[in-house]
Amino acid sequence: MNDDLLAGSSVSTAPTPHTTLDRLESEAIHIFREVAGEFDRPVILFSGGKDSTLLVHLAIKAFWPAPVPFPLLHVDTGHNFDEVIEFRDQVVAQHGLRLEVAKVQDWIDDGRLQERPDGTRNPLQTVPLLDSITSHRYDAVFGGGRRDEERARAKERIFSLRNSFGQWEPRRQRPELWNLYNGRHRAGEHVRVFPLSNWTELDVWNYIDREGIELPSIYYSHQRDVYLRDGMWLTEGPWGGPRPEETVLTKTIRYRTVGDGSCTGAVESEASDIREVIAEVAASRLTERGATRADDRLSEAAMEDRKREGYF
Amino acid sequence: MSDLLRLATAGSVDDGKSTLVGRLLYDTKSVLADTLDAVHRASADRGLSTPDLSLLVDGLRSEREQGITIDVAYRYFATDKRSFVLADTPGHVQYTRNTVTGASTAQLAILLVDARKGVIEQTRRHAAVLALLGVPRLVLAVNKIDLVDFDETTFARISKEFTAHATALGYSPDAVVHIPVSALAGDNVVEHSTNTPWYSGPTLLEHLESVPVEADPHDGEFRFPVQYVIRPRTPEHLDYRGYAGLVASGTVKVGDEVVVLPAGLRSTVEKIDTFDGPLAEAAAGQSVTLLLADDLDVSRGDLIAAAGTPPQVTDEFDATLCWLSEKPLTPGARVLVKHGARTVQAIVTELRARFDEQRLASVDSPTSLGLNEIGRVAIRTAEPLPVDGYYSSRRTGAFLVIDAADGGTLAAGLVGAGLPVLDGVDSCTEGGNTAPVADDHALVSPGP
Repeated sequence: MNDDLLAGSSVSTAPTPHTTLDRLESEAIHIFREVAGEFDRPVILFSGGKDSTLLVHLAIKAFWPAPVPFPLLHVDTGHNFDEVIEFRDQVVAQHGLRLEVAKVQDWIDDGRLQERPDGTRNPLQTVPLLDSITSHRYDAVFGGGRRDEERARAKERIFSLRNSFGQWEPRRQRPELWNLYNGRHRAGEHVRVFPLSNWTELDVWNYIDREGIELPSIYYSHQRDVYLRDGMWLTEGPWGGPRPEETVLTKTIRYRTVGDGSCTGAVESEASDIREVIAEVAASRLTERGATRADDRLSEAAMEDRKREGYF
Repeated sequence: MSDLLRLATAGSVDDGKSTLVGRLLYDTKSVLADTLDAVHRASADRGLSTPDLSLLVDGLRSEREQGITIDVAYRYFATDKRSFVLADTPGHVQYTRNTVTGASTAQLAILLVDARKGVIEQTRRHAAVLALLGVPRLVLAVNKIDLVDFDETTFARISKEFTAHATALGYSPDAVVHIPVSALAGDNVVEHSTNTPWYSGPTLLEHLESVPVEADPHDGEFRFPVQYVIRPRTPEHLDYRGYAGLVASGTVKVGDEVVVLPAGLRSTVEKIDTFDGPLAEAAAGQSVTLLLADDLDVSRGDLIAAAGTPPQVTDEFDATLCWLSEKPLTPGARVLVKHGARTVQAIVTELRARFDEQRLASVDSPTSLGLNEIGRVAIRTAEPLPVDGYYSSRRTGAFLVIDAADGGTLAAGLVGAGLPVLDGVDSCTEGGNTAPVADDHALVSPGP
């Protein structure tokens, strides 16, 4: 029954496990099942990154031996790492999942979006996301957001109601009591659901290790030509760069997060397998986003502002 | 692997909650360098000479502008001994609903008081809410102890006064620990303070690392709300029909006799299934799939319970509501009740009493229940529900009251729970009266 992606999850009859990871897993499975029970058209946001790969893994566990009763949606900035897109398609094929892709490029081509002067496309994802939610009439959208990532995310609910413009209104959030989630919404509104809310970056890595979950290779150290911009190691790609004044160097690096290539920085790292990554994350003195995401450095409330506009 | 403690903070505005939480994160090295740099920069921008640790937790723009916490913030930190999920709840009076939110999942709450002010009305009110929601353990953090010159007598006076109050609410002495701290300077938060030689107890973090955790209620009766029916209909699993859910309380073993409620059908557990293979036994807090020996009609919203000790199935019961909406509740209101995985229509037939926060007493037959008010009500539901008393099962004794019109959450509901009336010791809200009160003509099915 288990295939390669999920290899390592062996049959066990351990009675009362209740480690932190077991609790987090049970909580996430409970959330998936609540959504399946209460919503008509849920969708999982899936980019091929580690958090969304973890989401898919948990969804498979939640409904086994039945198939996952939701499709996947990828908002593709067009600035992706080849390894990640390859991995994304491999996961979809392996599990017989359905994938919808909303390409930012299509929105730019027909004039619904304009390229930013800085070339960054991460903020451009919001419009294709909201358009896809509307056209497919998705009423619940699973995201891999975690509350440990960022201060505004720390105030996010597990079930987060969005108005018909997709906006997050922090002062109008519903109280979330016990593990009773209220997913009721009016026509046109939808609910963002975050099953990994209570996980930390280290929990995610420890769980990936325990379950033997495969990830795109760029999460592990490799040689890459990179150049330094705003204190981050960026790589060459269709997003532009290096500029004439930027020097390309070959470094041993890995990625801690995987997003739009124009604003996702690599970290210098020798961590070539999961155990070494865990040791590195545990010892790190920088947050995952602070180390690798230029878009969060835009202002003190950058994430809050993007969330209010409908971003994850 | 370390275990997990879920905790909440409570206290009034300016008691220094965000600073205390910031201090815990900072001193456990849970704050990473870039976050800290941002706090240093923001503090300097505000003209402060030392970093304002509350900026670590006040995440929203308006919070930082006003210097107050508006919404529950969840924080994560870990030591070698334990992982912690902390709900930092605002103390501003109109945001008391967030204290209810934080307390609903907490195994322990830290209640802050300002050493200069001692136990104030809001402290008493917060403690009552924590007791009402069944938070098993409290820590009284007597903060700003540096501002009373680390005075032992002041600490002892506040401790004594709070002990009397907590005892009246039903807390036993060993469930409440008092610690003198300075969140700003760090005294007794993580490191023992040399300024309080008269205090020999644990630091706050030492206590959090070592306090016994009443995790999920393993010793309770078996309760399993069915969330979803798994029917693969694949050639491999043609006749598979599994009931997916999270064990709400107790344990279940293969071969156990169970009853499916509200219908009252009996069967035995044939298999406890998971993706990782079948289990011989499952306990509270575990997500599993149950397969029953008999072919019954079970669907989302049903409750599978121990056959020998089922909950009461009734369409009329008394409950305590923490009203969380600006729309007031009046008798006869039509609402939705979400209990376990079932949502039913309901009418609040009677407002029996309201907890008067000003006088810390109860008022009989109020005409309405407003935002942040707590009241005892009678509820009638369109379909019978299998309910437990809140204090015998925090999961199956809890429900949401939902606005049928806009879907908003109106109230936190506790089946049968008592009002936190503070002028009598018999009003204790822990382990007290647990049975849901049903009217004579209420539907009751089935007997054991």
